[in-house]
Amino acid sequence: MNAGISPSRLPLSVALLRHAVLLTTGTLILLPFVWMLSLSIKPPGEIFRASFSFWPDKLYAVENYTKALSETPLLRYMGNGVLVCTMILLSQILVCAPCAYALAKLRFPGRGLLFGLVLVGLLLPHQVLALPLFALGHQLGILDTYAALIFPYIVSPFGIFLFRQFFKTIPDDLVHAARLDGVSELAIVWRIMLPMALPAVIAFSIFSLVSHWNDLFWPLIAVRDQSLMPPSLGIMAFKNEEAGNDYGPLMAASTLVVLPLVIAFLAAQKWFVEGMTGGAVK
Amino acid sequence: MASVSIESIRKDYSLVPVLRNVSLSIADGEFLTLLGPSGCGKSTLLRILAGLEVQDAGSVRIAERVVDGLRPKRRDIAMVFQSYALYPHMSVASNMALPLRMRRLSALQRLPVLGRLLPGTAQITADIDMEVSHTAKSLGIGHLLPRKPGQLSGGQRQRVAVGRAMVRHPAVFLMDEPLSNLDAKLRVQMRAEIKELHRRLGVTFVYVTHDQAEAMTLSDRVAVMLDGELLQVAPPQDIYADPDNRRVAEFIGSPKINMFDGVVRERGLIDVAGSTLTIEADAITGTALSLGIRPEAFYLAERGGQGTLTGSVRMIEHMGSDLFVYLDLAGIDQPLIARLLAERAPHIVPGQTLHVGVRPERILLFTRDGRRLRPDRDSSKGAVTPFREVAR
Repeated sequence: MNAGISPSRLPLSVALLRHAVLLTTGTLILLPFVWMLSLSIKPPGEIFRASFSFWPDKLYAVENYTKALSETPLLRYMGNGVLVCTMILLSQILVCAPCAYALAKLRFPGRGLLFGLVLVGLLLPHQVLALPLFALGHQLGILDTYAALIFPYIVSPFGIFLFRQFFKTIPDDLVHAARLDGVSELAIVWRIMLPMALPAVIAFSIFSLVSHWNDLFWPLIAVRDQSLMPPSLGIMAFKNEEAGNDYGPLMAASTLVVLPLVIAFLAAQKWFVEGMTGGAVK
Repeated sequence: MASVSIESIRKDYSLVPVLRNVSLSIADGEFLTLLGPSGCGKSTLLRILAGLEVQDAGSVRIAERVVDGLRPKRRDIAMVFQSYALYPHMSVASNMALPLRMRRLSALQRLPVLGRLLPGTAQITADIDMEVSHTAKSLGIGHLLPRKPGQLSGGQRQRVAVGRAMVRHPAVFLMDEPLSNLDAKLRVQMRAEIKELHRRLGVTFVYVTHDQAEAMTLSDRVAVMLDGELLQVAPPQDIYADPDNRRVAEFIGSPKINMFDGVVRERGLIDVAGSTLTIEADAITGTALSLGIRPEAFYLAERGGQGTLTGSVRMIEHMGSDLFVYLDLAGIDQPLIARLLAERAPHIVPGQTLHVGVRPERILLFTRDGRRLRPDRDSSKGAVTPFREVAR
């Protein structure tokens, strides 16, 4: 971003100000996580002490983490999360890519109107649809199953919008060449457009995985069976029923839930950058 | 191999006519160029031929078969795009193999891992690989097969695009300004290569360009298109020397043809810019005509008089072997441009008064509405209709 500008050429005051702003923002964002980590290794007595210290007097990590893992089916929750998030992401790409292709590259009457509807979908917060979706789930008889957790997210207006914007930047000549080469329309989506849109696919995947891994609102409505609960809902259940004011194990569980996301993001970051440059030099 | 015939094609884009009743037939093995300025509809016509666009009226035949309802894949044609349109995420080899894979392998056989295990796939794939590498070698890009398009230079990408079109032996080659993204030197080289390719393959080529030099050097016939109409279809030398139409005469040639308005004085003589020129046709006295004279049709004359034009030199451009001399004629805004041999006209300076002559047979005559009037050499002198009007 600012790689081209060497910091030494900026006036010192500007550089200081910029770093101050960045540090403040970074601290504000990181502080809750640091606090969570800190609490997860403290014994109950130290958690509500008036003075704050990051490192506990008595390390209580093993006890907290053991309790988090043993007294709740945390691994089960996380397994549910992986399953649900993967299914959501796969079905989203499966649905969004052809829709986006049609909106970006095919000419048909009503295309503008359909794209307008996608934008309207983008504006609607998910909570607005919760009640109708709940009723629909009930009608279909899928409440309290994995399907209930997945079905509201299969069509993602954001995914359609993002892919459509990216597909639009791919020259029409490529589509024409593919048609002449005998590639069918759906094959154009999977074999030509989607591989070229890899940066968009990765960006969308991160967005989708993070938001559904952390989603609490819909799972709270859709499932009651403990064995189906995704991580965030599981932790909440854990807090209410098992832990009471036992914040140590609760924070340990939260840390464990966040961990896969952090690891996945760090791993994907390298890919993400590769995807970006791969697209740029085409 | 196939002939192509286009019958009364019309195409509008939101009520703006892009192609107006275009008809054209292209012989088997011919190299035909669609030449016109950008926006004249030539690329649209090519896309209609390819099946990438649908015409509003008219029909297209390829190899005596009406292809109007057929998808591009079924038309037995290949196209090279201006942007090359290579798939950036595939290697050169995969780019070139794709059209063959799509035709020869079933959908099941094309599956990423499973497909390779199916019976027959290995053999077909091996055949395809062999053909791809054979074609690549013949184009001198054999060593580039494992690379991605992003790692190639413009000329190499161009060859890959040609290779991808060649590999499946289409009956008709369509090329949409394939050289316009190359630098001048490479363009001349690739031009020669395309000409050689056409000679070697012997298939029908339809080539779209706005570049006269490409059209003139490559084609068996040139079809000049302006504003969605075909104005003239003829061999390059005829397009230049014997245009049907004032617009064709003005579009072809650089520098542009000199156009003058004149009035016939008497049989065989016409008044132009204060001078009188001899024309090679009978004409009724008082007829207003336009004269087109190519810059190289002028010669340096010793003195003025009938058959010469006189003006003062505004500017001289030295082109090495030739000089372009810009002359201001009395009563005419546009300067006359004469192309003279440098050795014949050594001492011309700006401001000098110069006489240039032109032979009657080098003067192209047009009616004021732009139609060409050809002298009818067969008719006897004094016939009632001294001109044969050329139907567009």
